[in-house]
Amino acid sequence: MDVLNEYGQILLILAIIFGVFMAWGVGANDVANAMGTSVGSGAITLRQAIVIAMIFEFAGAYLAGGEVTATIRKGIIDPLALQGTPEYLVYGMLSALLAAGTWLLIASMLGWPVSTTHSIVGAIVGFAAVAISVDAVNWGKVSTIVASWVVSPLLAGGISFFLFRSVQKLILDTDKPFENAKRYIPVYMFMVGFMITMVTLIKGLKHVFKDMGFQLSFAEMFMIAAVVGIIVAFIGARLMNRVKRNKEAEEDDRYANVEKVFAILMVFTACAMAFAHGSNDVANAVGPMAAAIGTIKSGAITAKSSMPSWVLLAGGIGIVVGLATYGYKVMGTIGKKITELTPSRGFAAELGASCTVVLASGIGLPISTTHTLVGAVLGVGLARGIAALNLRVIGNIFTSWVITLPAGAILSITFFYIFKSIFS
Amino acid sequence: MASSTILNLFGQSPIKPLQTHMHTVVDCVDLLNEYFVAVTKEDWENVETIYNQISELESAADDQKQDIRLHLPKSLFMPINRSDLIHLLSKQDKICNTAKDIAGLILGRQQVVPKKIATDMQAYVKSAVAVAHEAKAVIDELDELIGSGFGGREISRINKCITKLEKAENKNDKRQVALRSKLHAIEADLPPIDAMFLYKTIEAVGFLADRAQSAGEQIQIIIAR
Repeated sequence: MDVLNEYGQILLILAIIFGVFMAWGVGANDVANAMGTSVGSGAITLRQAIVIAMIFEFAGAYLAGGEVTATIRKGIIDPLALQGTPEYLVYGMLSALLAAGTWLLIASMLGWPVSTTHSIVGAIVGFAAVAISVDAVNWGKVSTIVASWVVSPLLAGGISFFLFRSVQKLILDTDKPFENAKRYIPVYMFMVGFMITMVTLIKGLKHVFKDMGFQLSFAEMFMIAAVVGIIVAFIGARLMNRVKRNKEAEEDDRYANVEKVFAILMVFTACAMAFAHGSNDVANAVGPMAAAIGTIKSGAITAKSSMPSWVLLAGGIGIVVGLATYGYKVMGTIGKKITELTPSRGFAAELGASCTVVLASGIGLPISTTHTLVGAVLGVGLARGIAALNLRVIGNIFTSWVITLPAGAILSITFFYIFKSIFS
Repeated sequence: MASSTILNLFGQSPIKPLQTHMHTVVDCVDLLNEYFVAVTKEDWENVETIYNQISELESAADDQKQDIRLHLPKSLFMPINRSDLIHLLSKQDKICNTAKDIAGLILGRQQVVPKKIATDMQAYVKSAVAVAHEAKAVIDELDELIGSGFGGREISRINKCITKLEKAENKNDKRQVALRSKLHAIEADLPPIDAMFLYKTIEAVGFLADRAQSAGEQIQIIIAR
């Protein structure tokens, strides 16, 4: 208690700095992976990708990120174990942020595949289990999270597989693929609008509505989401009508014009992807920051501490800065090199991945957006959609688990003892 | 530069390089038409120039083949069976090897084609080259096959191309029979070794057409999975 009174101001500033640092890492690394596929398929330019990412990352974090933030704030660690020593939670969360941020920086400089989610979860579990006590970790929750890391790529792969199969049946393998593309693509656009609205209504605006004394039944939410979906599909259809059919291009490649129509759809799925990423991964930075700040301000660990909205804002700004200073480079490289992923494939992968990520966000499970997207792309590949995929990546993902979890843990334990010796 | 998991996920597609290889092969085979015109004229200087061009294209195709093989690691996950693809590549490559063999056979002993069968010989070679072009047309459908995600309509388009390929090969076969009998009629007037080598040349040209057909038909194995 004394520690928090005495050094509260310094710890608060440190929490903000480390939180923004971590958010910067998320923006520099993760966002690029999530959005690079859109740039690579030629659906949107790099500049457009950055604008979309800025808007929808923030919207996703604000409207649907609450559950994951809650998990990271107070789901992994059992608050009861820290009741007597709230300052340990503050040190721990600071260490976790610094550890995960540092690890991201080191790993991305060395060119290793890393996941921000795995780094932060490893860091939090690490400091709690080693520096406090093994019982401080809510192992049940942690095992659910780890299981979700396996399930999420599989689920995304399954969804993408069937999405691409439907594209094959309804559009590509027909006599008039161009006409059918214009006819059926609005349905996929509807799905994007519906999904995002539904999650926002169920998870995000729940608290806002509660404050206003306003409540929607499931059927009402369903109706609203459907209306939004129809509006999105309508806007998309208008945009698609602007696509001019170039007969000359068709002689060389029969699907040239069809892909142009799919490119419009991919603008929408890129938004969904950014929204999904925001809803899940922003929490990696904001969650620990909120936990530390909440404890410092109240001087004790309260189970029902509310999260100040400026914390979210700080996280959002960190991500945008990360994207603008470093992430755009990664995105550009990815975009230039992924040429095999045409919009008709890219959309299926992105929609499959974003559905999965948004679902996980709704349940409050922090998952890796990148790994989920990898699963989704492989799903399209299984539907014989992509000419060549490198399966070694699966091995890399496995390696990244084996390395990232302990690395995050060891770093955060080290930082924890450093903070403890400085302040206590 | 940070390596990205997503970036590493995408391998280099072998489809375009495979088609480029086939284009080189057909460019090489195409030269046989001019070659036989020059041979008929007994313009040996020009014959040698064309032979060198054939030889260059053949080795260019070889290099392309090596390059494609090097970029086909076992960890690559493709909608097409890897060994089927490598098989197709080697079949393509053998077409231009045969072209070079034919040209070499003639240049080596400055084999004169008798005037009486010269036009038939040129027409026969032309029909063999035509088979290679039909095979190329089939290979050119490969990217669209993947573009369509192995759609049934694309498969029936390919089957149509294969029917055309078979027809071209049939035509070549018929010409071969006709040319042989013409040669048979005049063989007594020719130096025996010349006659032997002419039969051998006819056989080799027919072999080229066979190999072209076999490369084109390899696609059927690829789609019949």
